[in-house]
Order: sequence, then structure tokens, then C-alpha cells
Amino acid sequence: MGELRLMKGNEAVAEAAIRAGCDGYFGYPITPQSEIMEYLMAMKPYETTGMVVLQAESETASVNMLYGGAGTGKMVMTSSSSPGISLMQEGISYMAGAELPALLVNVTRGGPGLGTIQPSQADYFQAVKGGGHGDYKMIVLAPASVQEMADFAKLGFELAFKYRTPVMILSDGAIGQMMEKVELFDPIARRTDAELIAQCPWAATGKPKNRDHIIITSLDLDPAGQERVNLKLQAKYRQIEKDEVRYEMISCEDAEYVFVAFGLSARICQKSIDIARAKGIKVGLFRPITLYPFPVKQIAELAKKVKGMLVVEMNAGQMIEDVRLAAGCSLKIEHYGRFGGIIPAPDEVVRAMENQIIGG
Amino acid sequence: MTCLQADRFHNFTIYIMTEEIIIAGFGGQGVLSMGKILAYSGVMQNKEVSWMPSYGPEMRGGTANVTVIVSDERISSPILNAFDTAIILNQQSMDKFEKAVKPGGLLIYDPNGITRHPSRKDINIYSIDASDEAGKLGLSKVFNMIVLGGFLKLKPLVAPEFIHKGLEKSLPARHHKLIPDNEKAIEIGKGLLKPLNVLN
Repeated sequence: MGELRLMKGNEAVAEAAIRAGCDGYFGYPITPQSEIMEYLMAMKPYETTGMVVLQAESETASVNMLYGGAGTGKMVMTSSSSPGISLMQEGISYMAGAELPALLVNVTRGGPGLGTIQPSQADYFQAVKGGGHGDYKMIVLAPASVQEMADFAKLGFELAFKYRTPVMILSDGAIGQMMEKVELFDPIARRTDAELIAQCPWAATGKPKNRDHIIITSLDLDPAGQERVNLKLQAKYRQIEKDEVRYEMISCEDAEYVFVAFGLSARICQKSIDIARAKGIKVGLFRPITLYPFPVKQIAELAKKVKGMLVVEMNAGQMIEDVRLAAGCSLKIEHYGRFGGIIPAPDEVVRAMENQIIGG
Repeated sequence: MTCLQADRFHNFTIYIMTEEIIIAGFGGQGVLSMGKILAYSGVMQNKEVSWMPSYGPEMRGGTANVTVIVSDERISSPILNAFDTAIILNQQSMDKFEKAVKPGGLLIYDPNGITRHPSRKDINIYSIDASDEAGKLGLSKVFNMIVLGGFLKLKPLVAPEFIHKGLEKSLPARHHKLIPDNEKAIEIGKGLLKPLNVLN
């Protein structure tokens, strides 16, 4: 068993990044995720593992430092909250285009604009539909606990390097700020230069005489060449959709109705299940863990077995579009959401299920 | 809440405990740290815990509250609107959380500064003169531990040896010399409760 600690989600993702062998963190403070950089600065991994921790002059600078670090094959990460992540969209698109691995953590807050500092899930579209320009996808992991904040830092780096693509942990202010028990995995040593060169033959690690230059770019002025780049990216995305779908089902075996929710909303729905089942209503929960790739087949299968689905999100209705696409038109699927930093209460969610799906 | 679950594979019943607590008062009263010490003590006893603060732009002097859940099983929602126990340290929190205690639940409050005392008849109510006692003993820094002691007397969720470990883990090393004062305060708190409404 690994080391047990009581940690905030923000601290857990930072500690896990050090333990995963991260080479560099570049970020700029913003509530509700400032503890990530605070924790890293307090732990001083640059004195132990050699991991760089740098406060950049802005989010735009952070994401471009990420591009540079990733281009040399380094295991790099940044974190921010909604408005800061908006500033990074250009860099994310460039990294996707240049096929660079990187981990981005978005501890979301209420929007639009500067919004609030309270939790929200209104950045779903931005994360899964490509907030930047061009035909790209980013693997999006949605933690629902502090434990998953830690676990997904390690998983996020693994997936980023496996597919040479940016990966986002889409969390929220509540998961970032709350403390829970975490079992930490044992530290993994940072890769040596030799290991990095062996693992990342695509990386700009210095040119030996016996091979050509490595060029890392997202630019190809020849449309035919740029189409080939796009076809290669799309083939990679199909592979990710085939192999990397992750989800969790709770109390679905005998469920007549299901909640579909990710992250914090899924935790709230677990309590709603207890309340509803005490009233004799057979409900379950489907929780997508990867928001991209989305668990399309699994939701389609579940849709054949149940009488209705309520998609619960802390936004005005974003993931529901993907749930409806997956489940088809024959099933009653409605949305229940709160916005701007308001968190729905478990009994409120049960009433929504009763009014909008069961009685509606 | 304690609930009974039949173990399917063995011929006995097991008790699964989940306690959902709100601790609320002014910022600076040690509301968040009381919750953290309780939660960390739970971790030390290998229970599942969650600690969810109300966070916002307000700081010292404003209201502060934290939801702490200690359980023998995986915790569902870390955010709740009904609680097994409310620990209340100011009037605003009384106005907000007296009504949020589940029927049959527990309310503990420090009467210092309270002008409208709790009136519900369907919950257990105890007062604890923690701030007075802390002032008398010169232990004002561990006022929150007196209150925690009162709670632990009524709901011994965590064993004393794990509270000790929880204190060691929650307090920075430079404050470890205060652990004996904290433990003394917990013991004092256990003897300070005044029952005001006790259900059968």
C-alpha cells in the first residue's frame, strides 16, 4: 500500500506530477488552482528530482514554454483555471498539430469572462471540442476525487507520450479545494537524457552527424502535405477512441433510470442514488472518466436498457449533446444544470429526475 | 448515520458508519483546522474522509464553514445540504445550519455571541462554553479543540491514539509543541457539554 495522506486535489495533482517523474512545470497563478504551484514551490523538486518549477509572466508564456519543453521530449505540465486556459488555446492547437505530449490541468471556475472563483463545469465544450483552431482532439480526463487527481497526473503523462498529444485533466474548483484521503504511488525516477533520446526519437535533443535535423512544427504550406498531417492525426484519434475510453457505472445493474454525470456532479449523483433508492426509485449512474474519447458505445448500450437519462452538469447543457448523439432519439434524455459556481444539492437532483424524466 | 448491512457471504451483520458534519463559525476561530484534524485522524484510522470548505473571497472575520465526512465506505457527495451533526460557533451559522440538521441528528454550539438559541425539538442539542473555558485556562489558541472534544464525547468516531496522529499530521512541525495543549483541550471539552434537548 502506498503512502496515505489527507490532501487537497490541487496538492495531490502537484505531488503526483513530481512522483511521476515530471521534468518541468510552467504556470501562472489563478484561483481556484493556485495551490498547485504553491505546493510545487514549497516542495522544491528542483533540489531533489531536478524538476523545474517556473512562474511564467502569463498563461500565454506558460503554454509556449510547455511547447518548447515538450519539443525536447521533456515531461512537462501546466495548470490554470478557466480564463487562463482560454489564453492557452492557441498553444494547445499548436501542440496538437506538432504532435507534442504535455499535461494541462484545468481547475474550472464559473464563467463566462472572469466569472466567479467557485466550481463549474462550463469548460466541457472548450476541452472536448477543440477550444483552439483546427481539426484536433485532446485526451480529456475528468477526475471525481482527490485520489483521481493524483492518479490522472501519472495516467495523463503516460497517454500524452503514448500518443504524442496534449492531455487535459478537466477538474473543478471543488475537487481542487477539497481534501480527501489519497494513496500516493511510489516515486518514479525522472528519465535520464539517454532514456529520453531512446524513448522520443522525434524530440529535438541535439543533432548527431549521422541523422537529419528534427523539425517540430505545425506548419506545412503545401495543402497536400497539410492534408497528410491531418489524416495522420485523425488516424491517431480513431485509435484513441478505440483503446482509451474509460468510464464507471454505479448501481446500473437493475436501474430503470440513470444519471449521466462527470467529475463533481457524478459524486453528487452518487448521493442522489441513495436518496432515490430509499424512495424506491431504481436509479444508477454512468460516469464518463474520459470526456474525449467519449464512451459512445457504452452509453448506446445502456440506453437500450433504461427508461430515461438525466444528464447532470454544472453548466447550461454541454455533455448532454454527446449523450444524445450516443443514445439516439428514442430515449428521453434531459439536462439538469446549475451555473456560475452554484453546486446542485443531492436532493435537488433527485427532484429533477422525478420531474423531468419520471413524471415528465 | 449508522446503518445495518447484512453481509451476504458470512452469517453476521456488520455496521457501516458514515457521519456527515458541518462545522461553521467565523474565519479565525479554527473552523477549518478543526475539520482538518478530525479528517486527518480519520485517515490515520484508515477511514474514508472528505473535507470540503466553503471557499470564497472572504477571509478573516467573515463566515467560514467546512463539511467533513468520515465513513467506513466510499464517500459519495462531498457537498451536502443535510447533516448528521452541526457544530456551530456564531449566530449567522446558527441561522443557516440549525435547519440543515437531519431529524434525530446532533447540534453542538458555543453560546458565546448567540442571541437566538436553537429551538428544534426533533434533534439533540448540546451547548459547550468553550470560548469562556479557553479564556479562563489561557488556552484560547486551542478553543476549537475544546469544541472538538465535546463532539468526540458524543460521537467517538476516531480513537484517541489516532487523534494524536491526526494532530501530528495536520499541524506543521513548528507547532508540534502545542500537541499536549490540544489534547488537554479535547479532554476538557468532553466534560463541558450541557444537554439542552436530548431525544430518547
